[in-house]
Amino acid sequence: MTKMIAATGNEAIANAMRLANPDVCSAYPITPATEIMHIFSGYAANGEVSTEMLLAESEHSAMSACIGAAAAGGRVATATSSQGLALMWELLFIASGMRLPIVMGVCNRALSAPINIGCDHSDSMGARDCGWIQLYSENSQEAFDNMLQAFRIAEHMDVRLPIMVCLDGFITSHSIESMRWVDESAARAFVGGYQQSIPLLDIAKPASYGPLILSDMYMEYRKAHEQIMAKVPQIVQEVGAEYGKLSGRSYGLFESYRLEDAEVAIVVMSSAAGTTKDVIDRYREKGIRAGLLKPRLYRPFPYEEICRALQHLKAVAVLDRSDSFGASFGPLYLDIVSSLCNQPQKPVIINKIFGLGGRDYMPDQAEHTLDELIRIAQGAPVNSVKEYIGVRG
Amino acid sequence: MKTWHELPPGAVITEPGSSRNFKTGSWRSYKPVWNEENCIHCMLCWVYCPDMAVKAEDGKRCEFDYDFCKGCGVCALECPGKKGVKAITMQEEGA
Repeated sequence: MTKMIAATGNEAIANAMRLANPDVCSAYPITPATEIMHIFSGYAANGEVSTEMLLAESEHSAMSACIGAAAAGGRVATATSSQGLALMWELLFIASGMRLPIVMGVCNRALSAPINIGCDHSDSMGARDCGWIQLYSENSQEAFDNMLQAFRIAEHMDVRLPIMVCLDGFITSHSIESMRWVDESAARAFVGGYQQSIPLLDIAKPASYGPLILSDMYMEYRKAHEQIMAKVPQIVQEVGAEYGKLSGRSYGLFESYRLEDAEVAIVVMSSAAGTTKDVIDRYREKGIRAGLLKPRLYRPFPYEEICRALQHLKAVAVLDRSDSFGASFGPLYLDIVSSLCNQPQKPVIINKIFGLGGRDYMPDQAEHTLDELIRIAQGAPVNSVKEYIGVRG
Repeated sequence: MKTWHELPPGAVITEPGSSRNFKTGSWRSYKPVWNEENCIHCMLCWVYCPDMAVKAEDGKRCEFDYDFCKGCGVCALECPGKKGVKAITMQEEGA
């Protein structure tokens, strides 16, 4: 076991990248993800990695360079946030459609306008349907562990899809937390060497990326993509179990916290799960059967497994750190409800929108939510299915 | 037609030169017509053609390959001709 150290989420992501030693990293700075590439470029300058660094003139170009480098046959990693992810938008679909296993750290940050650099999930939630895999991290430790595993998941020969490793901007990216690295040689062996798939630089076998596929074949490619996505949860679990042997920390599709015998539960992702677990512990001490489900693999969404984990509950609150304007509910809520909607027995499910633009998520918000769930479990009517919490007026 | 089970990952084409199998001549609404009398074999049409539809042999310009000519007209535009008379003119298809 390695010793306990203090590190920020960005240091954690950069260190996982160092251990993976990508062939190419192309990036453009954006708060709060800038520091990842800042730290990593130090490793490159000091010869600790053999990575070719490409500073692009925008995130659109950064992702374009990542796509080119991945198609050429290299291991590729980058990092971004908020507006940067938004500017990458059209390239995200190209990376996934070409099946290029690019690994990207995403420090979750709100989107303009109004301009804001605080944490919420609007950026990566907006990119949830672009064919990338998405993992979410509660703290620096999970950010490091997820980033290392991300290379194995994305580059798996049955997957070959790009992956985002999300961590909460500032809350996780810039806060110093206690965590553990893994043994360096074991980590390098775990990530392994890069296995190419139809590299453009193999000039003995010429290949073309990005052909025109019209209505006679396009739908078949989309169906194939959906089927590849369906294989991902199994591989995420295999890699998570193998990582457990290496580090002592195993990972699955989601985390269940005091959920098995619970009557009410909160579903929430990333850093807010930590605060919520503390409140759940206090409610358990009072004899209240409360629990938590924290999704880790958000795309592809493991509907069946999450359904089995939640269907026994009486009342569930899904906490979204972004809103899906015009969809009536937050994106996580819609996925949770979809996973349960065809079950004969299912909990009452309510939606809370919280923590937008860096607004703090406080223990009393979890308490009020749990109190409401307890009343609903006892038969009280639902006053409003969706509610903004921690908002004035 | 292939089913979704049979597709190469990422739509990557691994057969070099397979664009020869995809004939684009039917896209054409105007057809370039070559008049050899006015041709000085400067090869500008051969250089400019984006579809390699101008054939050449031994440094001499040959007939168009109408299987691939989309009728863009760049050859006719660039053609200097002989004494101001073009060697390539565009004619409407089916006219």
